[in-house]
Amino acid sequence: MNNRVVEDALLQQSAVAPTKKTVQMPIGVPGYTLTEESREVPVTEPPVWPINKDLKYVGQSVERYDGQAKVSGRARYTSDVQLPGMLYAKFVNAPMPHAKVVSIDTSAAEKYPGVRGVHVIQHVLGNAVLRNPALDAVKYPVVRYAGQPVAAVAATTPAAAEEAAALVKVRYEAIPFVVDEIKARATDAPKVFPGAADEEGSAGGGGGPSDVRQTGNIHGPSIHRHGEIAQGFKDADVVVEGRYVTQVQTHSALETHGVVADWKPELLTVWASTQGTASVREELAGFFKIPLTQVRVITEFMGGGFGAKFGAGNPGVVAAALSNKTGAPVRLMLDREEEHLSVGNRPSSDQTLRIGAKQDGTITAIHLVAYGTAGCGTGAGCSGPASNLYKTAALHTEESDVFINAGPASAMRAPGHPQGAFALEQTIDELAVKLNMEPIDLRDKTDEHPVRRVERQVVRDSDLWKSRNPVAGASQGPVKRGVGMAQSVWYRFVSMSSSAEVRIYKDGSLEVLSAVQDIGSGVKTVMAQILAEQFGVPPAQIAVKVGDTHYPEGPNSGGSMTTLSLTPAVRDAAWQASQMFLSDIAPALGTTSDDLVLVDGEVRSRSGKFAPISFRRAAAKMATSQIAVQAKRIPDYDPKKYLTYGGIDVAEVEVDTELGRIHVRRVLSVHDCGRPMNPAQVISQINGGIIQGISYTLLENRLLDPIYGLMVNPDLEQYKIIGAREIPDIDVRLVEAYIGQSSTDASGIGEAAGVVSIGAAIGNAVYNAIGVRIRQTPMTPAVVLAALRAPAPGKELA
Amino acid sequence: MSDPSESRPAEGKNDSATAADSGRTGISRRGFLKGAGLTAAGTALLDGVQAFSSEAPGASTHGVTELGPGPVPVRLHVNGAEHTVQIEPRTTLAEALRMHLGMTGTKVVCDRGVCSGCTFWLDKMPVNSCMTLAIDAVGHNVTTIEGISSEGEIHPLQAAFVKHDAMQCGFCTPGMVMSCAALLERNPHPSEHDVRHAISGNLCRCGTYPKIFAATLDVAGVTRNA
Repeated sequence: MNNRVVEDALLQQSAVAPTKKTVQMPIGVPGYTLTEESREVPVTEPPVWPINKDLKYVGQSVERYDGQAKVSGRARYTSDVQLPGMLYAKFVNAPMPHAKVVSIDTSAAEKYPGVRGVHVIQHVLGNAVLRNPALDAVKYPVVRYAGQPVAAVAATTPAAAEEAAALVKVRYEAIPFVVDEIKARATDAPKVFPGAADEEGSAGGGGGPSDVRQTGNIHGPSIHRHGEIAQGFKDADVVVEGRYVTQVQTHSALETHGVVADWKPELLTVWASTQGTASVREELAGFFKIPLTQVRVITEFMGGGFGAKFGAGNPGVVAAALSNKTGAPVRLMLDREEEHLSVGNRPSSDQTLRIGAKQDGTITAIHLVAYGTAGCGTGAGCSGPASNLYKTAALHTEESDVFINAGPASAMRAPGHPQGAFALEQTIDELAVKLNMEPIDLRDKTDEHPVRRVERQVVRDSDLWKSRNPVAGASQGPVKRGVGMAQSVWYRFVSMSSSAEVRIYKDGSLEVLSAVQDIGSGVKTVMAQILAEQFGVPPAQIAVKVGDTHYPEGPNSGGSMTTLSLTPAVRDAAWQASQMFLSDIAPALGTTSDDLVLVDGEVRSRSGKFAPISFRRAAAKMATSQIAVQAKRIPDYDPKKYLTYGGIDVAEVEVDTELGRIHVRRVLSVHDCGRPMNPAQVISQINGGIIQGISYTLLENRLLDPIYGLMVNPDLEQYKIIGAREIPDIDVRLVEAYIGQSSTDASGIGEAAGVVSIGAAIGNAVYNAIGVRIRQTPMTPAVVLAALRAPAPGKELA
Repeated sequence: MSDPSESRPAEGKNDSATAADSGRTGISRRGFLKGAGLTAAGTALLDGVQAFSSEAPGASTHGVTELGPGPVPVRLHVNGAEHTVQIEPRTTLAEALRMHLGMTGTKVVCDRGVCSGCTFWLDKMPVNSCMTLAIDAVGHNVTTIEGISSEGEIHPLQAAFVKHDAMQCGFCTPGMVMSCAALLERNPHPSEHDVRHAISGNLCRCGTYPKIFAATLDVAGVTRNA
């Protein structure tokens, strides 16, 4: 298309053509509630897709785009990157939890064979920052947790770097510390910060409010209320209350945090193990005060993040500084211990939750008071489920962060929600018992979400739920079986920084580019599927280029944003490119663009001027070598609707009342994510959420020694993570839920998938098995046995 | 561990004084046991430490040659090909593969033998390469994830992993493939229990286990039908 044509088109559009059109979109769940709603959308939007069963590639379980690369070992992760002359960097970490750094002597390290540079950290990232920085008037950052990086060494081999790092002499002046979060709340506890301090969230969430008061180590409360809470409890026929305690979990991604930084005068290139190429670029450009155009971030493959991998962080800025200093590329990958200590975790929670309801199940009041520790960061809030799952006349939530001398938390898969749902969904279960109602019926009464209503029906009809004995503790013998359910909620976050470019080449090959990174959720595959659907070419023939800030901006992959944010831009670009393509080739085919249509990989003439020709042959008629269209995410079609989504998990457990062991035998997982773009990949993520959630509920625990303030299990043997032998049979039922929000109508799944609700589902199943409620995670055998021995109300905590 | 003499590569007539050579021409098994004061309990270790020879120059008073601490030439037999690398004797096989041979398909996750991310085959046995010194692999057939495909055809198990979407981030995948493929080598008809047992040491954080079970059993089914 030449400029003249474009100008004419624009002129015509502004002068005559309307900018909006009305379309009819599928809404609801096929087989249950499917209907249509109209939407006003920009005229440039592609035609509305039908539901998945009527599409060829989208909505199908197309093979993972990079599956072959991953199974063959060809996939190149950041930790695999090797550059000529590359140096290896190693942090020097503080060995104590709270200290002033008096002096740092790097001379011996600098002289060590193979060492090329030593960097002393002046700005440590990740920790909460004092509102009044003058309170920390010291030369070096104050150490607020054991494992905080202090300096780093770059050398020609990893061994030389490690040996030289041990030669950096750091003099510390110890400061009294606190790692017990209950003790930290006391007014006379050692203070982690000398004044109020706040932590910003990342692209993946996390961080806490900065507009709250701070008393000692208590940062908060952050208070939200609607309705009259006192009146709500007065109106209640039944009140249930419980205290729920959850532990700190570490992300434990298999690939640790790290980068390879190559600082050249004209361009800083950084390979990063990140969930946000954009976030790394922004932090590096901001930190070093260089333009964004001089920073390039590349993430070809990424070995797990779960919320902890946003921004450059300490490894990123230190590696870049060392590369700048030495003139060589520098790799800085954390070791396993550092990964546990310094780059994030899921905060703990200590929640007191009180719910009042009428005899018919109508909820009149929800009151949550929550504390939690995000170490020397903030972000332990967990009121999301209590605030967003059920209709209530009155709601009152108070959330406080408690500072302790431990590594700062970061966003972790559905921040705050596994904790919040663990308390809320067990309390709702307890309410059902008190009201003598079925747990599903109670939720039907109070949960107005139309899709979860369908999902409850799926649960109700399932064999697993039908096998549940409503009488708690009814099984005979020492091993007792139970079934329980819980619901999850997550939110529709859209990143408008989502663009894609689609290119059609004259040889008929197709390419789509975006800076977005594929963190394992499979967005590359979905991008290929969208082009395949548009051009009628198998997805494997589409070239997908992602994970590079040289490409059009991509969303950071956090908060379940990637697929729902990016795919409409991909589809819009593909559609617009196809239209431009038809205009471009029409003259060569002796017709006009309105006569042409691209269907099933063929270009056809509506008027029958010529026999259908393949897309590839048609491409050969292009006037120039390539057609490229970049499209950017447009806002949701109706941003006031369908703001949340979620699902339901049902767990079947066996509780050995003699050994205290809980075994999760089966899980039924019923979830929605808008239009599922690739069901196999969605199911993979749901499996993952369930498995991570079981691991969190039963096993994982970051243990801090109160005497020395050190983590005692910073490894993968004492920090227990679920393994192959404990995996239950997981039955995932995907519920297609059309919501009419974009040209793809996709939602996310990473957060809502299981991890939010499985803990409470297990708790409710355990109650159903043994008639005792476990209100604490991890539910270790010791916790279970203590609860069995002391089942008096309010005394269940081991 | 199998007897290395069975699987030792047939050639090895290179004259250069590599650690591999000293292992082959040097100390006898009995001599080593005597010199190192090992008992029968050390047999598993023995297969691996023959790189240390007692009769080469520089033999210590204990009758064991001390190599290093600087780099020494070490000959490794990896995926059917001989490679000589200059490495410090303390170098793990994982480091040698990843940093010296550019074979980065083998992943290092915990670096202390608990996650099996770095699984390779020592002859046909799945072993953690982070816990194996490169010199201990001398004289053995080392097979890595890059080496289980044959003639450009991916291993049926790799194909099954793709078919069943038995991966997410993919970082544990090479280790999982190596453990499951080793299982199929020694038991072509495993039960799900067998598969769970075979990867009970392999850690996946994305939660791909159910599909790994399915993929491996699928291949077993194919084998059964064939």
